[in-house]
Amino acid sequence: MNIVNRYSVAFDVIVTLAWRNLWRNHRRTLIMLSAITIGVWAMIFMTALMRGMVDDMLLNGVRNLPGEVQIHHPEYRDDPSINNSIATPDEKLLEALKAPEVKAWTNRVRVPAVISSERDSRGVTLLGVEPAGEIQLSFDPDSIIEGRFLKDSNDSGIIIGAKMAERLETRLGKRIVIMSQDPENNIADRGFRIVGIYKAKLASLEEMYVYAGLETVQKLLKLDDKVSEIVITGNDYRHVKGWYPHIKEAAGENLQPLPWYEIDTYLGTMLTMMDGFVLVWVVVIFLALSFGLVNTLVMAVFERIREIGLMHALGMRPSMIMYQILIESFFLLVIGLLLGNILAVATIIPLQDGIDVSVVAKGMEMMGTSSILYPALQLNDVILANVVVIVLGLLTSILPAWHAASFNPIEALGKD
Amino acid sequence: MSIGLRMAWRNLWRHKRRTWLTIGAMIFSNLLLVFLISLQFGSYRMMIDNTLKSYTGHLQIQQKQYNDDQKIRNSFGAIVPLANDIRKQLGSAKITTRVAARGVAFAMTSSKERSYGLQIIGVEPQFEPGVSTLPGLISKGRYFADFNAEEIIIGSILARNLRVDIGDELTLLGSGRDGSFAAGVVIVTGIFDSGNADIDRLMAQLPLGYFQSLFSMAGHGHNIVINADDLTLVSDLQQEVSSLLGNRKELALLNWNDLQPGLQQAIQADMASAWFMYIILIVLVAFSVLNTQLMSVLERTREFGIMMALGLKPVRLGTLVITETFIMSTLGLAIGAALGTALAWYLSIVGFSYPGMEEMAGKFNLPDRIYPSLSLLSIFLGPGIVFICSLLAALYPALRLFFLQPVSAMRAV
Repeated sequence: MNIVNRYSVAFDVIVTLAWRNLWRNHRRTLIMLSAITIGVWAMIFMTALMRGMVDDMLLNGVRNLPGEVQIHHPEYRDDPSINNSIATPDEKLLEALKAPEVKAWTNRVRVPAVISSERDSRGVTLLGVEPAGEIQLSFDPDSIIEGRFLKDSNDSGIIIGAKMAERLETRLGKRIVIMSQDPENNIADRGFRIVGIYKAKLASLEEMYVYAGLETVQKLLKLDDKVSEIVITGNDYRHVKGWYPHIKEAAGENLQPLPWYEIDTYLGTMLTMMDGFVLVWVVVIFLALSFGLVNTLVMAVFERIREIGLMHALGMRPSMIMYQILIESFFLLVIGLLLGNILAVATIIPLQDGIDVSVVAKGMEMMGTSSILYPALQLNDVILANVVVIVLGLLTSILPAWHAASFNPIEALGKD
Repeated sequence: MSIGLRMAWRNLWRHKRRTWLTIGAMIFSNLLLVFLISLQFGSYRMMIDNTLKSYTGHLQIQQKQYNDDQKIRNSFGAIVPLANDIRKQLGSAKITTRVAARGVAFAMTSSKERSYGLQIIGVEPQFEPGVSTLPGLISKGRYFADFNAEEIIIGSILARNLRVDIGDELTLLGSGRDGSFAAGVVIVTGIFDSGNADIDRLMAQLPLGYFQSLFSMAGHGHNIVINADDLTLVSDLQQEVSSLLGNRKELALLNWNDLQPGLQQAIQADMASAWFMYIILIVLVAFSVLNTQLMSVLERTREFGIMMALGLKPVRLGTLVITETFIMSTLGLAIGAALGTALAWYLSIVGFSYPGMEEMAGKFNLPDRIYPSLSLLSIFLGPGIVFICSLLAALYPALRLFFLQPVSAMRAV
């Protein structure tokens, strides 16, 4: 028998020993297993809920900006006035916008304006939009509760929010007046007929935006062909970095393209903060578990001192004894992980349709999320939780295992 | 020390390592709980204070429909005399309060180069600094001196957007309370920088006297803000003020929660998710205790059998196990709470911050650093629950002793 073979036979034996040892005190093992299961469940379940919330916040946020990348006049961000308008995309930029990563793009005019009915007036942001593009990027046609969305860029109607209609005491079919400023600083105003009323996910938006046709607004503001912004969207907000540089290059010096995480730094940091939170949460839960884990192993070693001494005396190597305790811990961790993962998936699946948290809808709105929470189970997070538990779990088990391996056989056998 | 207590104490130290590991789990979670709960309390407090102090205030008197339907028409008459009256009446009360009247209207505000539609607030120059932090945040120019001055104060971002500075003129165009045309020219006398982008971009204030004449208010206004020294005094104050308003049926008295329902709800949502995490921590500690105590009971089966044979009642043995747990939990509570308090206290002096905090903070009206708020509640709430749950976890091993048969127990290995 060569060395390798002998080694593997010995290994078989200690694996069997470890497994049987685990069930010698089934009560203790079961308690520890439940603790690991609950811990792992909490890691995955809570992470999925928080991910879901942040996902919703980011999707809403990117939809409201709108777009994953926006192109502006370099001074527009400091001074969002009509004077800082830009031309529609030139050939080079158009070429870049044909890239397969770009899902859709559209031109918009975005100016501050005053909207007045015969009863009241309010400050709003007037959006001149290309209806087809706007629907792809930002506007959900299903949010129209009365009337219709704009037909084309020349549409002479206007779409306002339900809340705004209430504030202005106006309704579908009535006329309102929009007042804004043209590039020569003259007041430009014009009557519009309300052709549609929308209801937004976040109520505050209903009071913020009114939509009119792009060309209609350009005519009103004497903008010719100019627009305030070009907004572009890809397929996933997490992957903007892949295609944004090409747009930036094509846009040239005179335009300022920015990705969403730089336009709204709050949204941007939410994503990184979430990753940090997941890690902290998983490690904290693990630490709480680790006390119990070490305790269990310490007890297991303690009550077997004599037996371990005997193994020593019979010539088992200390390293084998150490492996035996580590394998016992490994079995415990793996079973706990398995049960924890199953439990987490089993509790998340029935919640796929969303958890209604509308009791605190206004509070959720402050955070930028809607009142239905969808848990989002991400493979990365599940892997993280499992890896942390198994790796750190084995690391913390080294101490009791090493302790067992370093018993003096004579003393150990002498213990009662 | 009674014999029971002495036995429990000695039993604990028969397995030093196990005992310390169990206490360690308690210390770990208690430390974390004290720190997190103080941090939570601290940030909620700041969030409420900052949001309310900048503008909303603790209580507002409004015309009944105004809160649901914020239109210029939903105003109430003789606002300044009413505010004076309330100020006088509350002056004799035990709580110090600050009262200020306001009007709210909407106007197209134009500089030479730019125009924005804005909400315009009319304020009492003498009293507004008492209810709002904005007058104190003037970074350029000065606050109003005169009730009737044709002056305006605007936020720093608005000033930049309008491209105006101190001494420049702004034209206001809007409609008055009676639907008439309202137009006026005012001089920018102050620019404030609150750090809150929304406020700095949207807020403009006029002296109330000029505001009333510009918007044909005929002595009307939209709200009277009343602030107490501390949030905890608000409910008392609310009762007192509402008794003063007895005969004016057209008015409503609203507290900060009616005015900013999102604030309380954001706190509730945050509380709920935080408690989910705390409960998990506490449950894991309870499992740790359960495991330890069950093992310690099982390995003493023989010993307990002999004690019973000697005439000890199972109640005393159960009490022994509970006493052991009690000692461990007390140690865990004391050490954990002490360490947690030390950490929270240290951070309440230097402040606490983490990457991304600044952006978060801006969104929720918080400063860049949060300071944990230590109180008896924030120190003992978490550790107290850990303490109780640990004792509960020891119940099962303790109760098992009631089913112990002395003879077979003595034979156990």
